[in-house]
Amino acid sequence: MPSQPLSITSAGAALRSGETTSVELLAAVMSRAEMTESELHCYLNLDREGAMSAARRADRELDRGEDRGPLHGIPVAVKDNMCTRGLETTCSSKILAGYRPPYDATAVARLREAGAVIVGKTNLDEFAMGSSTENSAYGPTRNPWDTGRVPGGSSGGSAAAVAAGSAIAALGSDTGGSIRQPASLCGVVGLKPTYGLVSRYGLVAFASSLDQIGPLTRTVRDAALLLSAVAGHDPADATSYAGQTPDFAGSLDRGVDGLRLGVVKELGGEGYQPEVSEATEMMLEKLAARGAEVTEVSLPLFDVALSAYYLIAPAECSANLARFDGMRYGLSVKGSTASDTMSDTRAEGFGPEVIRRILLGTYALSAGYFDAFYGQAQKVRSLLLDEFSEAYEKVDVLVSPTSPTTAFRLGERTQDPLAMYMSDICTIPSNLSGHPAISVPIGLDSEGLPIGFQVMAPALGERLMMAVAAEVERLAGFDALPPPALAPPPGVPL
Amino acid sequence: MPIDVDVAHVASLARLGLSPDRLDRYREELGVILDHAARVQEVDTSSALPLAHPLGQTNVFRADEVRPSLDRDEVLEMAPESRDGFFVTSPALD
Repeated sequence: MPSQPLSITSAGAALRSGETTSVELLAAVMSRAEMTESELHCYLNLDREGAMSAARRADRELDRGEDRGPLHGIPVAVKDNMCTRGLETTCSSKILAGYRPPYDATAVARLREAGAVIVGKTNLDEFAMGSSTENSAYGPTRNPWDTGRVPGGSSGGSAAAVAAGSAIAALGSDTGGSIRQPASLCGVVGLKPTYGLVSRYGLVAFASSLDQIGPLTRTVRDAALLLSAVAGHDPADATSYAGQTPDFAGSLDRGVDGLRLGVVKELGGEGYQPEVSEATEMMLEKLAARGAEVTEVSLPLFDVALSAYYLIAPAECSANLARFDGMRYGLSVKGSTASDTMSDTRAEGFGPEVIRRILLGTYALSAGYFDAFYGQAQKVRSLLLDEFSEAYEKVDVLVSPTSPTTAFRLGERTQDPLAMYMSDICTIPSNLSGHPAISVPIGLDSEGLPIGFQVMAPALGERLMMAVAAEVERLAGFDALPPPALAPPPGVPL
Repeated sequence: MPIDVDVAHVASLARLGLSPDRLDRYREELGVILDHAARVQEVDTSSALPLAHPLGQTNVFRADEVRPSLDRDEVLEMAPESRDGFFVTSPALD
């Protein structure tokens, strides 16, 4: 049997058995990046020097018997909307070109603390606004499975890097599906944790009540390990969850026997690629055969969740992005008054989708329209949460496809914002509710493109959600890889 | 029917100095998106309170203690223009 590409788990085992070193792991990942970057453009910035010194340190520590845990010595990529001290952080925007943050995001600091080696900063839709990574001011990322297609977004660089082996794992952020949808389109695992579980300190804010950092990995176990490394209370983020964080990898072998799985009626049918629906159906049959009780559940407000999201997220975005004033950091187009400086800097520095959302949010919050748009959307959000709570009285987890379609072609949806927004229809509800959700690859369509399966759980229900996800992973036995030139190398690089 | 947005006014509120042809394009796009977003108005929300935080968190307080903050010089290094420990801006008043 050909060996599978490196995971956090297998690389960690090889490190500890002396089969490889962190420096060798990093060299393998960097050489992968060198071979694939001209085609894929996963990274905005590879931190060769910083990563090498971190890898050397990780090796020295292991030699001395100092083991920081599962992430020790593992090359991990970070989405470029998380601040990295001294290392350029652009959010794929011209307005932040050259910006070197004076501090690390908490999630980044925790990665370093856990011994991870930060390979570089990955491409995204500008300020994480988009579903294809085409809205990057520095050019799109391409899907390793078919370079004529998008990797999804906004964490497209992180997803494609893991899929192609130019990172063993990566951090992304998810505001409306930005971890799960690209994970689905690139055939990797992507997890959005419960809101508040991972600190947002140093994550450049898009929509503060929805944003959440999470892992993109090769396996469900890896997702649990990476999440464990970055989760936990942080006084620097007032919305950070103050309770104990569970052992996320603790119930991966539990199986689904006796668990109640609710299939969301509204997430399927018309508008869904038939092969996506068929793969989902097949997985449900397999889960039922393993003892899960599978029933259909209706959450009618899922049909308006997208509408509510496209008021709430832009409203918060318009407030958050007010900080880009051309005076304190980033691009500055100097005008004769402070107001001119702001207006000219922002018009020049922001790309079309960011401007579209700022305008949309400003409108939804403006006098005369607030109640009808933003206020109403917040009430719908509250009713949606009630619907979720009712559903979770009847079932333990909810399941659906992660995305209605597999990866679409570059340029296919750029001229039609609504068509682009539709690709997040399955993922948005869990952001509005603050609940965790995960995408696991379950197969390929007839064109050889990955299909993702989504498991959603109530707040702080990560353990049960991951037990189901791990069973989905075992049942799918998904071991397909992108075409050889863009596939990760097998096994340990020796 | 697409909603007609006074996009020049909205752009000025958002401090976006957009040219007339860009404003025209956004007026059209925003109209279509808002028409879709307006579907939230079809939901009966008379019994609902607005939800701002999904886990029902309220105010978070901390002790009023002096703690280290970012280094001023390091922060100002990223400013387009600074002098004597301050940001330099164009005049805000005539």
